[in-house]
Amino acid sequence: MDFFDRFAVPHPSFLIYASMVGIGLTMLAIVVGITYFKKWGYLWREWITTVDHKRIGIMYLLSALLMLFRGGVDAVMMRYQLSMPENTFLDSQHYNEVFSTHGVVMILFMAMPFIIFFFNYLVPLQIGARDVAFPRLNALSFWLFFMGMGLFNISFIVGGSPDAGWTSYFPLAGNEFSTSVGTNYYMIAIQIAGIGTLMTGINFITTILKMRAPGMKLMKMPMFTWSAFIANVIIVFAFPVLTVLLAMGTMDRLFGTNFFTTDNGGMDMLWANLFWVWGHPEVYILILPAFGLYSEIISTFARRNLYGYKSMVASMVVISLLSFFVWAHHFFTMGQGPLANSIFSITTMAIAVPTGVKIFNWLFTLWKGKIEFTTPMLYSMLFIPLFTLGGVTGVMLAMSAADYQYHNTMFLVAHFHNVIIPGVVYAMLAGLTFYWPKIFGFMLNEKLGKWTAWLLSVGFVLAFIPMYITGLDGQARRMYTYSESTGFSAMNMVSFIGAAIMAIAFVLLVYNIYYSIRYSPRNIGSDPWDARSLEWATHTPVPEYNFAITPQVESTQPFWDSKKNGHQLFKGDIEKIHMPNNSGLPFIMSCIFFVFGFAMIFSIWPLAIITLIGILGCLAYRSFEKDHGRYISVEEIKETETRLRGAKK
Amino acid sequence: MKLKMKWILLTMVITISTVLTGCEPLLVLDPKGPQAKTQADDIMLSIWLMLGIVIVVLAILVFVLLKYRASNQPKDYEPPHIEGSPIVEAICIGIPIIIVIFLSIVSVKSNYEVEATPAGYEDQEPLVIYASSSNWKWHFSYPEENIETVNYLYIPADRAIEFKLYSYGPITSFWIPQLGGQKYAMSDMVTTLHLAADAPGEFSGRNANFSGAGFAENTFEVTAMTPADYLDWVEEVHETAPALTEDKFEELLEPGHLGRSTYTGTHLEFAPAPEHDHGSTDNNTNESEHEQHNEHESHDSDEHSEHTNH
Repeated sequence: MDFFDRFAVPHPSFLIYASMVGIGLTMLAIVVGITYFKKWGYLWREWITTVDHKRIGIMYLLSALLMLFRGGVDAVMMRYQLSMPENTFLDSQHYNEVFSTHGVVMILFMAMPFIIFFFNYLVPLQIGARDVAFPRLNALSFWLFFMGMGLFNISFIVGGSPDAGWTSYFPLAGNEFSTSVGTNYYMIAIQIAGIGTLMTGINFITTILKMRAPGMKLMKMPMFTWSAFIANVIIVFAFPVLTVLLAMGTMDRLFGTNFFTTDNGGMDMLWANLFWVWGHPEVYILILPAFGLYSEIISTFARRNLYGYKSMVASMVVISLLSFFVWAHHFFTMGQGPLANSIFSITTMAIAVPTGVKIFNWLFTLWKGKIEFTTPMLYSMLFIPLFTLGGVTGVMLAMSAADYQYHNTMFLVAHFHNVIIPGVVYAMLAGLTFYWPKIFGFMLNEKLGKWTAWLLSVGFVLAFIPMYITGLDGQARRMYTYSESTGFSAMNMVSFIGAAIMAIAFVLLVYNIYYSIRYSPRNIGSDPWDARSLEWATHTPVPEYNFAITPQVESTQPFWDSKKNGHQLFKGDIEKIHMPNNSGLPFIMSCIFFVFGFAMIFSIWPLAIITLIGILGCLAYRSFEKDHGRYISVEEIKETETRLRGAKK
Repeated sequence: MKLKMKWILLTMVITISTVLTGCEPLLVLDPKGPQAKTQADDIMLSIWLMLGIVIVVLAILVFVLLKYRASNQPKDYEPPHIEGSPIVEAICIGIPIIIVIFLSIVSVKSNYEVEATPAGYEDQEPLVIYASSSNWKWHFSYPEENIETVNYLYIPADRAIEFKLYSYGPITSFWIPQLGGQKYAMSDMVTTLHLAADAPGEFSGRNANFSGAGFAENTFEVTAMTPADYLDWVEEVHETAPALTEDKFEELLEPGHLGRSTYTGTHLEFAPAPEHDHGSTDNNTNESEHEQHNEHESHDSDEHSEHTNH
């Protein structure tokens, strides 16, 4: 019986049983649906085995939206629990599991795939390439991420969720104090997804360095591609730290090592240090591409070129360098002494300078523009003041002596949501609305979109501004309850109302998608926003080879120049195009990884060894596989081009 | 429209200032000791400065959005191509740098202040209290008075207190908001927190760092009293409280919540604090560290040999 006991949820409740049933029924419905409509073959041929960067991007997008829903439900549950003193909606253990998974899901399984969706979809189009440098590796990246995500998400119905916070500080996360398999899920699932992300980093650095269209010098790249490049460089430097850290944590939990334990020479602050050596650059991996998207959107709807292109690039480079020298500001209170704290305090505040440069450059891009308030632009304009607020509270937190009072309080929680929601989430929604017509061939409804943006912002202000106040009043973060006498209840109720309004905004977003699928006009052409960079120069929907003829680039906004200044984008004749073949191997290998991860989490060693051999087998097979890709003939390209041109004007 | 913005800003400023300085002040901004005072001053200073920045950015944003909105311009207006100007860029870099330098100086100065014996109390020897956490309690040992308390803390007002922090288990954070900011308590080293209370009073304290299921209720009460009252209390404890035995202490360490309790003697006698902190010059501790290192190395090499066997 012992063997099966491990798979039971250690701390079940009605909510968990209900979600078990819910998940089971949904899975069943999906399987039945696909079988009924005979879509298994289509799914396998067109999606599961695909190596097309656009389709992989869309799969990242779907995962991100799914996880946004999951993390959002977690958030609303937490806010509801805290809206009243002594609330009994969640008990301590459940609350701890909910906030731990909320953090992991939102950062690693929502924000990360969302930005990787943009990398995938946009970077090859923006640089005029046919695909990424390693399409097969790209598919493997996605499937590893997907399996890691799946593994992490089954935790709350099989064996129990991690409950030591998204930072998973040891020794709390060690065997001594976390006895369920929850933290094993954390270690293994994030590891698998992280390997995928690391490959993404390598893939996109290579793509951007080697596959740009002729004439596109580094300093002529679109700003989003620049931000993607720098973010991927950070990925390649930061994620190995996470890999090593999770491996050490796994060894502590599964093999009895003592890296982070309370005795035998373990050092508990080692985890915190290494975690943030990865963790701080990680937030810049998220925010820089968001800045890139804002740059594209603001320049498009101000109808002007981006002001201060060079200083925009320089500021991102400076931010990326500084991001590796600030990690100790996450624990000024660890007792490093005033000298170390002063150094990290100053490096942290220094980040405000390049970030400020970016804010001012956006403001100057609006200067003398002809500003149109479309939905993406509305998000960007709400981003600037709200993100500034988050940025300046970051400067406040950087003052280490004062941080002794902010640390571990709701003030800190308010701050990082204040940068991540207007910074990253708004950028994702703005970017999604902006690129939706390019991806799916119709626009999202503008009116509903603007309502969403406003509701989201009102909800955001109500949800998070009160936290600054309760934080200064001594409300520690991660408390599952508090007593009436603390006086936190009014502010927390406001916070819950704000969270509920944000939830309504997300429902409205989903309704907008449904509404637009049904009613939005399809004859919008390939450039509905009158935009500036190369991704808008090809057809909608984008053919699998992206551009029939590789574009010629002479400036930072070649498409704009081709529309207004007579620049000729496509010179020469159509030639046959070399494309990579689809492959089921990345999916199969990732499935084996999933089983391997599961076996590791539950210490089922025979299965772990067999699946490990399976993974190595897949690698070996790939090494000896001969696959030279295929050619798309000139006739086929001409036919596609005529069809696409005919369909849209 | 412009007028409306002004009103919104004005209401914002008024609301913030009433909330921050209003009739019932927020704990952190209601300091009762020199360290908390330093921190509250820094916080208020930075709030006003940062509020200024937010207002400037907001004002520029509103201005350009109103002036350059498409509906405010002729149909055939074509926005110019502007690359950027070195002078404007220099101003955009220069002003933030000045602000950051100013805040850095404030920050560094305060760092050294909060990490030293509180200002104004340097002339007297600080009272040393060991505060150790276990799931989910606080144990306070007074080595000088030979007293130990659980979940409550009596301190003399008007005297510097030097807290020596460590943990039996997860990382915790010792925090009395009105006396000063927090510091971590960890299992393998001792950290030091300098606090002082200016006047007698009651304060709430808690563990601020998440430490598992019982974290929310991991609180303690602090009473600052006149030195005379404090001496009376010490005497009373010595007369009435039971002695702390090793068994009793083991029992106290069991995970759970406890009320207040008081003992004579401290657990430091039979379970000393993990004082092998880095930078310590104590010979003994260095040796024990060294031993641990050796253990580690041999452990590592064991693993290595296993690897090569495979």
